[in-house]
Amino acid sequence: MSALRPDLALIARTVRPGARLLDVGCGDGALMAVLRDRAQADARGLEIDPSNVAAAVGRGLSVVQGDADTDLRYYPDASFDYAILSQTLQTTRRPDLVVEELLRIATQAFVSFPNFAHWRGRISLLWGGRMPVTRLLPDRWYDTLNIHHVTVDDFRALVKERGWHIDGQWFLKGDRETTHANANLFAEHAVFLLRR
Amino acid sequence: MASLPRSDDSRFGLRRQVRLAGPIALSSGASLGPVDIAYETYGAMNADKSNVILICHALTGDQYVASDHPVTGKPGWWWRMVGEGRPVDPARHFIICSNVIGSCMGSSGPASLDPATGEPHGMRFPVLTIADMVRAQAALLDHLGVERLAAVIGGSMGGMQALTWPTLFPDRVESCVVIASTARHSAQNIAFHEVGRQAIMADPRWRGGDYYADGQVPSAGLAVARMAAHITYLSEAGLTEKFGRRLQGRDAKTFGFDADFQVESYLRHQGLSFVDRFDANSYLYITRAMDYYDIAEDHGGSLARAFAATSARFCLVSFDTDWLYPTAESRIIVHALNAGGAQASFVELSSPFGHDAFLLECPELNRVVDGFLRGGRA
Repeated sequence: MSALRPDLALIARTVRPGARLLDVGCGDGALMAVLRDRAQADARGLEIDPSNVAAAVGRGLSVVQGDADTDLRYYPDASFDYAILSQTLQTTRRPDLVVEELLRIATQAFVSFPNFAHWRGRISLLWGGRMPVTRLLPDRWYDTLNIHHVTVDDFRALVKERGWHIDGQWFLKGDRETTHANANLFAEHAVFLLRR
Repeated sequence: MASLPRSDDSRFGLRRQVRLAGPIALSSGASLGPVDIAYETYGAMNADKSNVILICHALTGDQYVASDHPVTGKPGWWWRMVGEGRPVDPARHFIICSNVIGSCMGSSGPASLDPATGEPHGMRFPVLTIADMVRAQAALLDHLGVERLAAVIGGSMGGMQALTWPTLFPDRVESCVVIASTARHSAQNIAFHEVGRQAIMADPRWRGGDYYADGQVPSAGLAVARMAAHITYLSEAGLTEKFGRRLQGRDAKTFGFDADFQVESYLRHQGLSFVDRFDANSYLYITRAMDYYDIAEDHGGSLARAFAATSARFCLVSFDTDWLYPTAESRIIVHALNAGGAQASFVELSSPFGHDAFLLECPELNRVVDGFLRGGRA
């Protein structure tokens, strides 16, 4: 799994073998392929970019071109064991509604996102007075796809407000897991496993 | 091994034709039999008959998917998709393509002889549906000893047949590729077809469809029908790029009604060359079949219900400049498949060529179809 992005590798380790799952924003299907080949998962994907969809279908995956904001409503209730939203939450128009949909469609939902409260970003904004451009967030404010900047604590607050349950949470710094303590300051990346 | 087709088995190969006793029970309630089917096969069936692919052709297509056309001499109409080193490859697949019933390339249609009278059927031929075409294909598969299809693949009207297959024969299809197609004919689709039919029937040579005896066929009407339809296969951007407002073989407008513009000349050529290879009555019957096509209507108004019984995998492809069967039509199918939990893939590809894109050079299309077909063997 060395080729997998660390948050995807973490999800791949956690998914039960044989599970039915929907990868929302699946990209070129890298995670789906691993889950299919190593965990015998029945994996489906939703992806907005047509060349990514073509690449994923080209590797034999079932991927539908569509938009997380508008197309999740066509999936029936409780039709998957897991929904996966990796690095996509911050690009949706209504992240809260997207997560609601994930938890309607699937028993559990993985949600991973870059933590905008990481200290590098804070320093950049505090001292530089500019929106951070970092290794993890390499795009500038005007050409980034990230339209809802979210921090670990923001997300926890949303989970609490909506009454969702956290079944698991992992924090990443580079490609290594890091401590839960002060995750909002030190984690570059967060992965939550939610349940309604 | 006795059940394996031998290379000398006369059922297999190019330019085959078979008369099936039938009768086939048609959607209209009528029945058709005996039924002639003209078809071609490429490649060889493997021992467990798990490599069979059926290719379905479009409105004016035929069985010559990957071999030279006997009338026009042109290469097979889908040589980019079917052939050596292509996504559908006779080295790996046993490939079948048959002329749809109602057509005029050797399968039973209005131009073929009614065994009861020895005369061409003309308009006495029963009105058909897309489902009837599929039933005839299933009868052909029975004749060929094929129980299950590894894949059924088609674009445009071929996609309608491909999509109909798992609704009629849920256990006989493992995967289904539907390109530039739809689950129902829209009012706009019907409207364009009606223009074409009226052009044919307004031709004084049509004579209620009984024009076969003296060879005076309604070619003017059929040519106009083809011209109108051909516009719907292209895109505005494609036409502008190809022709713009350029004049044809002249430096100035003639202030007359000759084909001043290149696009006029092109359309006239399309119309005229079409009448040499196609029967006007077949055009009426096949466009009618397409207009009657609405899979949801056949299943109590629910498209999802139509696919409830099948475990087939689906792959849908649309093109962004196709305004005949636009992406929204493919999305309707995808949503129905998702609702039913079917394994479905869908992608909208970009092409300047409108509806015709599925027949033209499109490496992405080949990549998607190839990957999808191989994915079933993972």
